[in-house]
Amino acid sequence: MELENLRFGTELLKRGFAKMQKGGVIMDVTTPEQAVIAEEAGAVAVMALHAVPADIRKMGGVARMADPAIIEAIIEAVTIPVMAKARIGHFVEAQVLEALGVDMVDESEVLTPADEFHIEKTKFTIPFVCGARNLGEACRRIKEGAAMIRTKGEAGTGDVSQAVLHMRMILGQIRSLKGMDDLQLMKVAREIEADLDLVRECARMQRLPVVNFAAGGVATPADAALMMQLGADGVFVGSGIFKSENPQAMAGAIVEAVHHYDDAALLARVSKGLGAAMKGLDASTIPEAEALQTRGW
Amino acid sequence: MARIGVLALQGDVSEHVLALERAGQGKVQAVEVRKPGQIEECQALVLPGGESTTICRQLESSGLTEELKAAARRGKPILATCAGLVLISQEIEGDSLVKPLGLMDIKISRNAFGSQRESFEADIQIKGLDRPYRAVFIRAPAIAAAGREVEVLARVGEAVVAARQKNLLALAFHPELTEDPRIHHIFLKMLEA
Repeated sequence: MELENLRFGTELLKRGFAKMQKGGVIMDVTTPEQAVIAEEAGAVAVMALHAVPADIRKMGGVARMADPAIIEAIIEAVTIPVMAKARIGHFVEAQVLEALGVDMVDESEVLTPADEFHIEKTKFTIPFVCGARNLGEACRRIKEGAAMIRTKGEAGTGDVSQAVLHMRMILGQIRSLKGMDDLQLMKVAREIEADLDLVRECARMQRLPVVNFAAGGVATPADAALMMQLGADGVFVGSGIFKSENPQAMAGAIVEAVHHYDDAALLARVSKGLGAAMKGLDASTIPEAEALQTRGW
Repeated sequence: MARIGVLALQGDVSEHVLALERAGQGKVQAVEVRKPGQIEECQALVLPGGESTTICRQLESSGLTEELKAAARRGKPILATCAGLVLISQEIEGDSLVKPLGLMDIKISRNAFGSQRESFEADIQIKGLDRPYRAVFIRAPAIAAAGREVEVLARVGEAVVAARQKNLLALAFHPELTEDPRIHHIFLKMLEA
């Protein structure tokens, strides 16, 4: 067969990549050593960034994509996929990540936004994941080319409440589309500023047309299982692992919890003796201006 | 009604369930397999795509490994795609956290075509199919070496991407992600044998 007949970067390949992550845990890492711990614990992928969200919150300043040297070292260190974060709208950071051989870009509100517009993701060969708080936001990101959606939650807090809120919102809005006729769907699409075809697809499939993960505040095995029982396809864990007392144990336990999310006896067993979870921050006490979830639109 | 189990430890399980039921046209019931005892209730098995390191780790803790090996030895048809192909192999090139099950006499090269940037679709020729098949390769492995019992079914360039050894049908690509049911029809035929 002719090798020049290969087609790269199609929507099927991008969404298909995300589907392979289902039922898995994607872990934030800042060093190759952390990446190895994540892989050994059973992570389906790692997310490379320069500091975990809890530290980004503390440090202040402008948060940017990680150092390419560290991203390369992480790619070298593991065989599982490596994702990395780019700033909202910063398409050149995304170009750099693609050139480095990163498997997926997270256009993330955890970093300081570079533009009021999000990246035109259809122009890239590699797939993107984006955060969303509601169905309108999710559809806008998918229309721009996102191959995977995650809740925004409130990153770096260890407080799962905002991820719960966003997951309930997205899934609830999709359920409410059931049984609507086309005129009603048009009205919803206009109200939530979403593409009509995508709204129709969500109504018909009764789910997003791409994989939908939970993220933002997951800190314990029970948090992860909670998001799965609510209907997440998988879980991102940011600060929750490497800000806990025993990252190895916490990482392994969260992987088990996501795989057996409906088995309470097993959840009880894997939750024992993990040491302290990350200290955390009550998301409701964060001033509006310091919230990460309101970045992007 | 044939009952086919899809190993549901991680990966694109629901896509496989749907693809099997679509191809079976009412004659197939696809079920998710997670716990010991469930494999025995199935006439055939699918090992889906996903992350092979994760699935391998979960397989060990799930207690399904021995049942899976026994089912393969007894001749139960098994369709293994992508990560599944890695799992059923005899050997994996280079260092790997994955401990293969050793069901099929093949040596695997993981991520043989590169990272996600190099993932591709291609129309490939598959032995037994009269027209080309649109195959979807996602960070795909390839079969680097195969024993005498193994029949090669398809290649991309030099790389072997589909093969059969008796009751085992192994693919480096994802027939569950496309609408074309012909691969599944081959698999369902294996249930009649």
